[in-house]
Amino acid sequence: MKHYDVIVIGGGHAGVEAATAAARMGVSVAMITLRIEAIGAMSCNPAIGGLGKGHLVREIDALDGLMGRMADKAGIQFRLLNRRKGPAVQGPRAQIDRRLYREAVQRELRDHSGLTVLEGEVEQLVIDGAAISGVVLASGERILSRNVVLTAGTFLNGIIHIGNRKMKGGRLGDRPSAILADQLSGLGLPVGRLKTGTPPRLDGRTIDWGQLETQAGDEIPVMLSMLSSAPVVRQVSCRIAHTCERTHEIVRDSLGLSAMYGGHIDGVGPRYCPSIEDKVVRFADKTSHQVFLEPEGLDDHTVYPNGLSTSLPEEVQNRYIQSIAGLEKAVILQPGYAIEYDYFDPRALLRTLQTKSLPGLYFAGQINGTTGYEEAAAQGLVAGLNAAAAARGDTEVVFGRAESYIGVMVDDLTSRGVTEPYRMFTSRAEFRLTVRADNADQRLTEKGIAVGCVKESRMQQYQAKVATLSCARERLKAVSFTPKELNAVGVMVSPDGGRRDGHKILSISGVDQAALLELSPAFVAIEPEVFVQIQTEAIYEQYSDRQAQEVSSLKRQEGQAIPRGFNYASISGLSNELKQKLSRVEPQDMLQASRIEGITPAALVLLLAHLRKPPVARQSE
Amino acid sequence: MDTIFATATARGRSGLAVVRISGPEAFTGAAALCGRLPEPRVAALRRLRWDGEVLDEALVLAFLEGASFTGEDVVELQVHGGPAVVSAVLRALSAQPGLRLADPGEFTRRALENGMLDLTQVEGLADLIDAETEAQRRQAVRVLSGSVGARVEAWRRDLVRAAALLEATIDFVDEDVPVDVTPEVLGLLDGLLAELRREANGVVAAERIRNGFEVAIVGAPNVGKSTLLNQLAGREAAITSEIAGTTRDVIEVRMDVRGLPVTFLDTAGLRETLDPLERAGISRARARAKAADLRVFLLDDGDIPDLLRVPGDILVEGKADQRLATPGRLAVSGLTGSGVSELMDRVGEALEDRAGSPGALVRERHRVAVATAVTALEEVRQEVVKDHSRVELTAEGMRSSIRALDALVGRVDVEDLLSEIFASFCIGK
Repeated sequence: MKHYDVIVIGGGHAGVEAATAAARMGVSVAMITLRIEAIGAMSCNPAIGGLGKGHLVREIDALDGLMGRMADKAGIQFRLLNRRKGPAVQGPRAQIDRRLYREAVQRELRDHSGLTVLEGEVEQLVIDGAAISGVVLASGERILSRNVVLTAGTFLNGIIHIGNRKMKGGRLGDRPSAILADQLSGLGLPVGRLKTGTPPRLDGRTIDWGQLETQAGDEIPVMLSMLSSAPVVRQVSCRIAHTCERTHEIVRDSLGLSAMYGGHIDGVGPRYCPSIEDKVVRFADKTSHQVFLEPEGLDDHTVYPNGLSTSLPEEVQNRYIQSIAGLEKAVILQPGYAIEYDYFDPRALLRTLQTKSLPGLYFAGQINGTTGYEEAAAQGLVAGLNAAAAARGDTEVVFGRAESYIGVMVDDLTSRGVTEPYRMFTSRAEFRLTVRADNADQRLTEKGIAVGCVKESRMQQYQAKVATLSCARERLKAVSFTPKELNAVGVMVSPDGGRRDGHKILSISGVDQAALLELSPAFVAIEPEVFVQIQTEAIYEQYSDRQAQEVSSLKRQEGQAIPRGFNYASISGLSNELKQKLSRVEPQDMLQASRIEGITPAALVLLLAHLRKPPVARQSE
Repeated sequence: MDTIFATATARGRSGLAVVRISGPEAFTGAAALCGRLPEPRVAALRRLRWDGEVLDEALVLAFLEGASFTGEDVVELQVHGGPAVVSAVLRALSAQPGLRLADPGEFTRRALENGMLDLTQVEGLADLIDAETEAQRRQAVRVLSGSVGARVEAWRRDLVRAAALLEATIDFVDEDVPVDVTPEVLGLLDGLLAELRREANGVVAAERIRNGFEVAIVGAPNVGKSTLLNQLAGREAAITSEIAGTTRDVIEVRMDVRGLPVTFLDTAGLRETLDPLERAGISRARARAKAADLRVFLLDDGDIPDLLRVPGDILVEGKADQRLATPGRLAVSGLTGSGVSELMDRVGEALEDRAGSPGALVRERHRVAVATAVTALEEVRQEVVKDHSRVELTAEGMRSSIRALDALVGRVDVEDLLSEIFASFCIGK
């Protein structure tokens, strides 16, 4: 019988990061997927990164994960979102050639040491006493492992809706995993239902491109991985189309035929990704909506009309598409559809993404109620690292809210759960000014090196970068200038201030490298990227003190652990409602407890009191 | 470790209130008010003074580290239970270096952390702590259902809206969100700032409730100001005569107007004069009248003075016993007392207005919160006006002001912002 240290079920973005992260940690890993050829498939929009999402990709990259590097290999248009705003809220994003991405990922996995990819359907988990011990495939084959990461995406009890037609499936053309879903719900893990939609895919050769507004990539592309320097394939533009009154009329007249509006779907959909039906109903006064026409690949004619997701019947999709200027003759290659699927309440997970009830079983990705490749991949990374750490007998690898978007997401999921598919936004990160895409490596690579998931080559590159930065920083701090000298080169500061060093000067709005070069030739040796990075630090430095205070109070609460299986019922001063909430959520520490809805300061004090009570006394109770 | 303080007794009018101070600076902080501390665990009567003023007479008790409620150095001040006394003492304490107002439950938390309480004691205390949150809840309900409720709710709405607008321009750049949110954000900020400043001034009103309001009676010479004052006082507080310029000094009469302590000031008649004594009187009159909370202008021939007048001041005509009043204007007579009770009503109304709406800022913590929020919002406003390229810094300012106002408007979750964004804009390109 085969045995692996870690089994990863699923070959989507969560599965890929989980399997490769565990393998980088030096344990033996098996990835089991329904179809090897579908590994790394991007089943929704052909883009990676963005605001919040780009931050996640950079963090995955900082821990030597795949997503950033793969996206850079397959990127056909790069844009840094919020380029004109501050660096803290800039997010790198790329349009992706689906085929190139899939191929890049599959190539990476094929050559990956310590990783075996198996094709098959996992039908059952093997549970040995109170812990997991392996899986059984549909073929009857049994594979053993004490650490199993489940990344089943939308495949659990997935139902696809096109108008009033429905079929079982996790993605158009793929089978759902019903037996496994039954077994999991049998384990008492709380299940919810969500939905999401996709737009129809169009044949680019039937689109009248001339009529449409162009959206080009950045002149100087910003890459997703810190290891990449430039795009490797041909770059293209996207186009923007607009719906019109006629489009809305067609949709409005057919609402009864929509799966979502016809009452065929119970799941909750995301508010930030409404279907065209939703848009027409909820924003009835808008006469036009934008549609981004995103190419799915360089030698693929398929076009993804971002903004038109729907569950209307095909015939209606045809009509509303053709009511849009530029799309009058457009042919639909694959109709849009809505999909409903099960997710597991992530409050049943620890911060390692291990299930609280079944040691050794980890959940990552859409199964936890999130949406998006980046969110899935980041969770895969966390689960993979922890599964491997457990296999090695190492301590767990957890991420805090103050250090990373990954930490924000995992904490949001495990302490608050989800009510709609969870997507990352920069507004979710309370330490947004210090937790940035540009410093992801400085925040996390060190940690990655410590846990053992960063390979030699990246480590060297990172250490070289850190050395360059600190050298440049010293050089800047070593020289200082009077207000008069500064005013002379156009840096406007108040004349009564004292001398400012080169580092301080960088935080003054509007200062660039050219201005500094005029001040001192010593700055010539500083590379422009290094300069920009240091300037970014300088800009936000004044805010880091303020944030540091909050971080320390956060850390103190994180440090007050609550033991597993703590008996909340024994706290006599607590209301029944809070007792139930606490028992259900099982917060891991005081921070998580404090974030539970409805918790009062008094309840926290009581909880703390019980936690501090000597263990002997607790038994005698 | 900070030194913390708070009232240990319930708020509101009561015979006594206990203010507790705990932490390394407890002894020095208390001594700054009461002078030498008594021996530990021995009660002593002390006069509490701050800023040249006697705040109250208090029974002072000191407890040494390891033998106190929290396990730290603790001083308890038993003061008289009037809200004004308590808030004056709290304010004086907050001016001491290293001292800050305690968070809810913080004394108990410290007691636990220092091992001063065992579980049964904590459970015994639970009721007390619950009472605190119950009081908070009741207070919140009162604040929300009272006259200020609608305003607090409106602040919350405006804060969420302004923050959501800024966040929308950050997180949803490619979407159909307005590119320039400046005008709407500015409108919301200005409204919020005006209201919050007014609320902060409500604390000034509380101060007045303690010290009394001043109302100056001003006007030309010989219009009957002193006669009016005497009428109000019900005695000959000021010398009156037919000779213009009789009053030289400022005469004060303390009265109770609708429950508010009010000091009426009789001042020298305002006119050009060569008499050095009278000129000194006039300039003193001007200074006092200017500093007063309200001015009653006693008019002679319908002429309206003066540079001193500010909106809200009261205009009345004097000597109503001798002539007909201008229609629509109140006339009073210090001699017969006609019109005086109407005048008192007007004064009462004006001062009640100025006393603000006690209710929202019932706690010193709230005042601090509002002041912090106002500062943060002012910074936000400056950023918004100046330049939009640093919108993440602007948004950060919104976040700090919202955090500061948590105590008043409740916690504003990122979910609130997202809900506002998704409800207002069609997100989903």
